[in-house]
Amino acid sequence: MSNLINAKDLEFLLYDVFQAEQLTELPFYQDHDRGTFDGVINTANKIATDYFLPHNAKADANEPQFDGVSVTTIPEVKEAWKHYSQSGLLAARHAYDEGGMQLPAIINTACVSYFMSANPSTSGYPFLTSAAANLISAFAADEHKKKYLPAMFDGRFSGTMAMTEPDVGSSLGDLTTKATPQDDGSYRIRGQKMYISGGDQDITENIVHLVLARIEGAPQGAKGISLFIVPKIHTNDDGSLGEPNDVKLVGLLHKMGYRGTTSTVLQFGDNNQCQGFLIGEANHGLKYMFKMMNEARIGVGTGAATIGYRGYLESLDYAKNRPQGRSVASKDPNSKQLNIIEHTDVKRMLLAQKCFVEGSLALCLLAARLVDESEVGGDGDSGLLLDLLTPVVKSFPSYYGPKANDLAIQVLAGAGYTKDYPVEQCYRDNRLNPIHEGTHGIQSLDLLGRKLWLHNGKGQQLLLQKIQRTLKSAKEKTELQALVTEYQGHLDLFIKTTMTLGGALQKGEVEKGLANSAVYLDMMGKMVVAWLWIEMADKAIERFADSDDNDDKQFLAGKLQAAQYFLRWELPKVQHQANLLQGFDETCMAMQADWF
Amino acid sequence: MKVLVAVKRVIDYNVKVRVKPDNSDVDLNNVKMAMNPFCEIAVEEAVRLKEKGVATEIVVVSIGPKVAQEQIRTSLALGADRGILIETDEKLESLTVAKLLKAVVEKEQPQLVVLGKQSIDSDNNQTGQMLGALTGLPQGTFASEVVVDGDKVNVTREVDAGLRTVGLSLPAIVTTDLRLNEPRYASLPNIMKAKRKPLEVVSPADLGVEIKSTQTVVKVTPPAERSAGIKVADVAELVEKLKNEAKVL
Repeated sequence: MSNLINAKDLEFLLYDVFQAEQLTELPFYQDHDRGTFDGVINTANKIATDYFLPHNAKADANEPQFDGVSVTTIPEVKEAWKHYSQSGLLAARHAYDEGGMQLPAIINTACVSYFMSANPSTSGYPFLTSAAANLISAFAADEHKKKYLPAMFDGRFSGTMAMTEPDVGSSLGDLTTKATPQDDGSYRIRGQKMYISGGDQDITENIVHLVLARIEGAPQGAKGISLFIVPKIHTNDDGSLGEPNDVKLVGLLHKMGYRGTTSTVLQFGDNNQCQGFLIGEANHGLKYMFKMMNEARIGVGTGAATIGYRGYLESLDYAKNRPQGRSVASKDPNSKQLNIIEHTDVKRMLLAQKCFVEGSLALCLLAARLVDESEVGGDGDSGLLLDLLTPVVKSFPSYYGPKANDLAIQVLAGAGYTKDYPVEQCYRDNRLNPIHEGTHGIQSLDLLGRKLWLHNGKGQQLLLQKIQRTLKSAKEKTELQALVTEYQGHLDLFIKTTMTLGGALQKGEVEKGLANSAVYLDMMGKMVVAWLWIEMADKAIERFADSDDNDDKQFLAGKLQAAQYFLRWELPKVQHQANLLQGFDETCMAMQADWF
Repeated sequence: MKVLVAVKRVIDYNVKVRVKPDNSDVDLNNVKMAMNPFCEIAVEEAVRLKEKGVATEIVVVSIGPKVAQEQIRTSLALGADRGILIETDEKLESLTVAKLLKAVVEKEQPQLVVLGKQSIDSDNNQTGQMLGALTGLPQGTFASEVVVDGDKVNVTREVDAGLRTVGLSLPAIVTTDLRLNEPRYASLPNIMKAKRKPLEVVSPADLGVEIKSTQTVVKVTPPAERSAGIKVADVAELVEKLKNEAKVL
């Protein structure tokens, strides 16, 4: 079995590329040092390895069961939940007075990477709970914070996000779940929700659903949606449980991957007895939800990156130990077989995976660092850059993580197609990521239709400044000069493409400008990740060029080779994409439904 | 009851150990270090004794360079109450370690001293026994179960023939074997609390111990690389090879 994450790579990313120790200069993080960061990451690694990894395949093979009354999950999931919650990880990012340890987002993301690599579906329960708790902590009234947060942080209650309905998915503005005001200030909730992950289970005493609904008489569309806390079971002020709150499990959905996480259809208020409590102001629900969704999107990116990472390490381990075939130059049947890692095409598949997953993880850690700088450090520029990058952080790993898993299966070939090895499960699990928390297409519209142009495009300028800083430093290193020149050419093209599209949108040619938005999202993803590869190569030279340690030398050589692969093999694809985009290619837009 | 636990900073058990090119020593440059796994078991046992209400205070001691504070902090995060680092950059032999620990035992007067049975770097399996001899305290080594009963401790030991339980009068010395317990992980709040627990730094001279070396390392070499296997033609050849090459028959 391989490691969950290459610890040397993670350490390099955290401390050399993203300078995580600098964050301790912020007052909120001042009690921390490298020792506490490493201590927390060690604890995460240990819990992930001991309590999450061992039942990853078992939870996949034994989906949660619903007998019409209650749900049963395998006992290992409860054990994993117990350890996760008792370790303090659920509250880690929160303030001391909320029971947290004021852990930076970047270190939290490092912890997440271990859990997602070990067992994505069991990790779903604590991650959803953290997300729901973050939202309650940020926007709910004090009385609700006091009632629900301690129970969520110590693992008695879990949390969900109940947004989607049977007929309302990406187009949330059309949702129909109703909220009727009551005399006591609460609301009666009535409606059906679907694809609600963790919507029912037998792991925790209670579940806190965060439900999007429309208050009677509220405006149509996105401007009339409010957010409610709806507990599965009523909770008394002392935290003890009361009566059930008329939240009924209609059924479980059966999925391709992530099979250990329940995916539910829930009926709220079938007997008109479901009580909900408004979070913040009426009709601002989507705003609150999206604030939280930005972090959830970084979480999805991290999950996609690290499921990809696991597949990469598994296939690498296999390729190093599987003798098969001989050099193409050797015809002697008596000669020793080569391990398949010696075959150039296998190296290609491993290099592509390395580029996709290490690049993706770097991207997610960058985003987490921007969360720290903006939310805790109060740096507005970091916030703008984060806003711009969020669709890319969600989408690049979600698109290229499954591609990496596809290649991992190909490296193992027939073995990879069986359940004897974990790579086929990685592929199935990872296939969710381009779908949830905003599909690939939705992300591309968000990026090209909105995020690029916020604050007069300030985010773009900030990104270009960061890229230029890296290029300046890399240019001074002989190993990187050629790559920097190649990158610069693509960057000019990217800027020109962005301006062309921006011009069309400014003239009001919305359909034309946005027609190929998914192509633009991919192009920008490649530009950003190629930049991070140059940054990694640059920092690896600074850190390891003088080392005489063999591991260090190989690590450095590996980063340089992977940077070269990404810049030479992947990045040039943006040329073709630029052609499609700048020419406003109409092939897809002009296609008619009847022609299919 | 006060419990003293000794912990050692060693090369992490996941790291592939490399030898310096000049064969003078193991290469520790830029290598991940961690607490010796047997010492983790010792800390865990002390913490369990405290949770049972048997121990009232756990003092952790380590000997080594300044960075060995990391292993003491880890112990404090696992539940120890305070730490002592005997700071020295010199290379230590088991006997010196035992002498330094003896000085700490005299100062702290613990009822129970718990050590790992050996460290995974030098594998000497000496320090606990030497400390027993120097202090004159009874010792129970290779413990797989430790039960404190009044002024006695019953230690179940893993020996070749099976298990042997010895009853020791307190104060006593126990060295831990792998099956004694399964160490916990440090919870996040405890990692933060550990930063505020006291950690005293003393020098060997403060304890009146002079670091002396009675051994010289002649040479350190990595294990021989495993050579490739071969196919034998028949049983006779196999037997011949087992006899003359492997010399196992």
